[in-house]
Amino acid sequence: MKTASMTADTLTSHKKNVIPVTETMSGSQAIIKCLLAEGVSKIFGYPGGAIMPTYDALMDFEDQLEHILVRHEQGAVHAAQGYARASGDVGVCIATSGPGATNLITGIADAFLDSTPLVCITGQVFAHLLGTDAFQEIDILDVSIPVTKWNYKVTDASEIPTALAKAFYVAKSGRPGPVLIDITKNAQVDSLDFVYQACKHLSSYEPYPRPNQLALAQAASLINAAKKPLVVFGQGVILGQAEAEFLAFAEHTGVPLASTVLGLSAVPTDHPQYVGMLGMHGNYAPNRLTNECDVLIAIGMRFDDRVTSNLAFYAKQAQVIHFEIDPSEINKNVHADVAVLGDVKQTLPELMKQLNHNKYPLWMAQFAELHEIEHQKIIQHDLKPSTVAIHMAEVIEGLNALHENPIVVTDVGQHQMVACRYTQFKRSRSLITSGGLGTMGFCLPAAIGAKFACPDRPVVGIVGDGGVQMTIQELGVLMQHKLAVKVIILNNQFLGMVRQWQELYFDKRYASTEMCNPDFGLIADGYGIANQQVNNREDLSTALKTMMDHPGAYVLEVMVAQQDNVFPIITPGLSVADMNLGPGQNNQFTGDQDE
Amino acid sequence: MNKNYNFAIYSNDQSGILNRITAVFSRVNLNIDALSVCESEQNGVFRHSIQVRCEHATACRLSKQLERQIEVIRAEFQADEEMIQQEVALYKIASKSMLEQTLTEQIIHRHHARVLSMNSQFTVIEKTGKRHESQALFDDLAVVGVLEFVRSGPVSIGKPMNDEGMSADISVFKQSATCDVDFQVDA
Repeated sequence: MKTASMTADTLTSHKKNVIPVTETMSGSQAIIKCLLAEGVSKIFGYPGGAIMPTYDALMDFEDQLEHILVRHEQGAVHAAQGYARASGDVGVCIATSGPGATNLITGIADAFLDSTPLVCITGQVFAHLLGTDAFQEIDILDVSIPVTKWNYKVTDASEIPTALAKAFYVAKSGRPGPVLIDITKNAQVDSLDFVYQACKHLSSYEPYPRPNQLALAQAASLINAAKKPLVVFGQGVILGQAEAEFLAFAEHTGVPLASTVLGLSAVPTDHPQYVGMLGMHGNYAPNRLTNECDVLIAIGMRFDDRVTSNLAFYAKQAQVIHFEIDPSEINKNVHADVAVLGDVKQTLPELMKQLNHNKYPLWMAQFAELHEIEHQKIIQHDLKPSTVAIHMAEVIEGLNALHENPIVVTDVGQHQMVACRYTQFKRSRSLITSGGLGTMGFCLPAAIGAKFACPDRPVVGIVGDGGVQMTIQELGVLMQHKLAVKVIILNNQFLGMVRQWQELYFDKRYASTEMCNPDFGLIADGYGIANQQVNNREDLSTALKTMMDHPGAYVLEVMVAQQDNVFPIITPGLSVADMNLGPGQNNQFTGDQDE
Repeated sequence: MNKNYNFAIYSNDQSGILNRITAVFSRVNLNIDALSVCESEQNGVFRHSIQVRCEHATACRLSKQLERQIEVIRAEFQADEEMIQQEVALYKIASKSMLEQTLTEQIIHRHHARVLSMNSQFTVIEKTGKRHESQALFDDLAVVGVLEFVRSGPVSIGKPMNDEGMSADISVFKQSATCDVDFQVDA
């Protein structure tokens, strides 16, 4: 139940006893002023008819608010996502009505599933034309309902400051998410008396539920009594900026730590208590031992089906403690014996006061033992294959060897799982990947956003030959801004992950997965971007070094084995404990859960 | 086990909020059996009464997903047996069948219905009650001929004194205390 009070909010309510100093300006100028007031310095977008007044106003603020012209609106929203995930700030993108707005939807959906704070501003036709099928009119508000945390249509200039203030507050508070503000052209053109007041409270919205002391005490006693506790953590640790609190809690309790894909990099990969990645292509030990632990401590994660596999066989032996900020996640997939609502940055230190210092040498040894099996059967072959063809993991390992500690941005597919499995993360916010939605085409624009957010950190995009072609036009942004994004295309000339599934579960019938690819080097040449193709293992490390040392953008195409598979894999429908460690194992697809 | 659940969803008055609310149900392929929206006992707060047929665990999940909507203040649900429910039904019949046959008047009287409006051409009869009661009246009136018939969905109000939601401070989330028992059974 929400703790919100039963009073109505109106967009026009102002704080009492404040005499606002107003300034008359156009709605368009007000939009820019709102963004500046929220501390926005970079926005990604694409102009068009219904948003032209705002672009016109933007020209006068170019020194304060940099606009990055993408080459497709999907690029704008992914770039805003990359920006938000690298920086922790709200990402902002802007587009016109109709097709401009609908082109944002994939990225908005991606941000919704991955809890990324975004404010998306779309132009809309004049208010008097709404509902008339006017040129480029689409009811983007209705279209975006299922994929936005909140959305609002502004039809009057006077609503702009309060709508945008609320948008930023909703996007970044609590469990973050995307917000869409649709602004009609007349609202951009008309003038208003502008005054900006940041939104700090909404009566119907309780972003930070207060933790229940009883639940905390129950959680503490369960953890203190546990013989085989396991922490499974997700992006909540990063979104809550609670990495330090999390590590302090972890080191105090000595509990082994396993990460979801989106939780990666919250804990350094080489941390002695870190036991690997969960999920379908995760590590053997944490998946197997999920079904052996006695207390499962879930922190800022949502038990996605890629993590749990078949729920009927998931951690049934364990008492589950769920630390979560979003009440709707409690008991959604996995029943929580104890649910601690709240921001983990607050709840973990409170919990720690009640926890005993502990170590679990025997339990940790079980992880080491299983990890050794995975190493023998999979990891050593991935990193040092006996084949002539290069394995994707060698590329990741080569990147690790350079110790540049980059922000790794991935696309979706085999290369994504390999990057997640093998990258050595040293600091938080070093992995940006499309987790929930699995959006191919995410990598390149998201890497652009990440680089704009963190110009001082190296940014490496790892992408497949399929995904890169979905948003390859954004190379134009690298060209225009001389942006030092390094793009590694792991080219296996297949849609690799789909091909792997076809091999394992569809009798090797490779329907539409073999790729007829262009010459990526020529494309990079066309954009004036330095590039190189690697075919031989002995050239790989030099090429990676050349790429990282190059001052600007770089496209490195690595030809990898055509038909490698990512192992281990949990066959859909099976238990997390039934990991398939490679060829020769039972690959029977039960069909209980399909793609 | 599927049951009728009556949701009372309180929200701010924002255009599009009804679409946001119904999307939570349609997403899981649930048909809404009855829907009514009115301003609640609180000024400016709207109550969306929605009846759906689903499992208890689903209702629990949906209520939390409804509360996740920014403009939704509260979403609670109760099974039919925990509610007092009424429906309104209106029947249009030709006035001459009223005037020419005493039977019609007897039917109206027997069903505790009342005449809402009457002119030389047609008469509108109103019946408030349970679904089966308004259906019984319809079946009886069919003998004299019903020109038009309309029935509202059920309007429901909870039986227990339910003021906790309105109290100023619900500081402690109850860990879905209302949901847990059944959830485990269903699971």
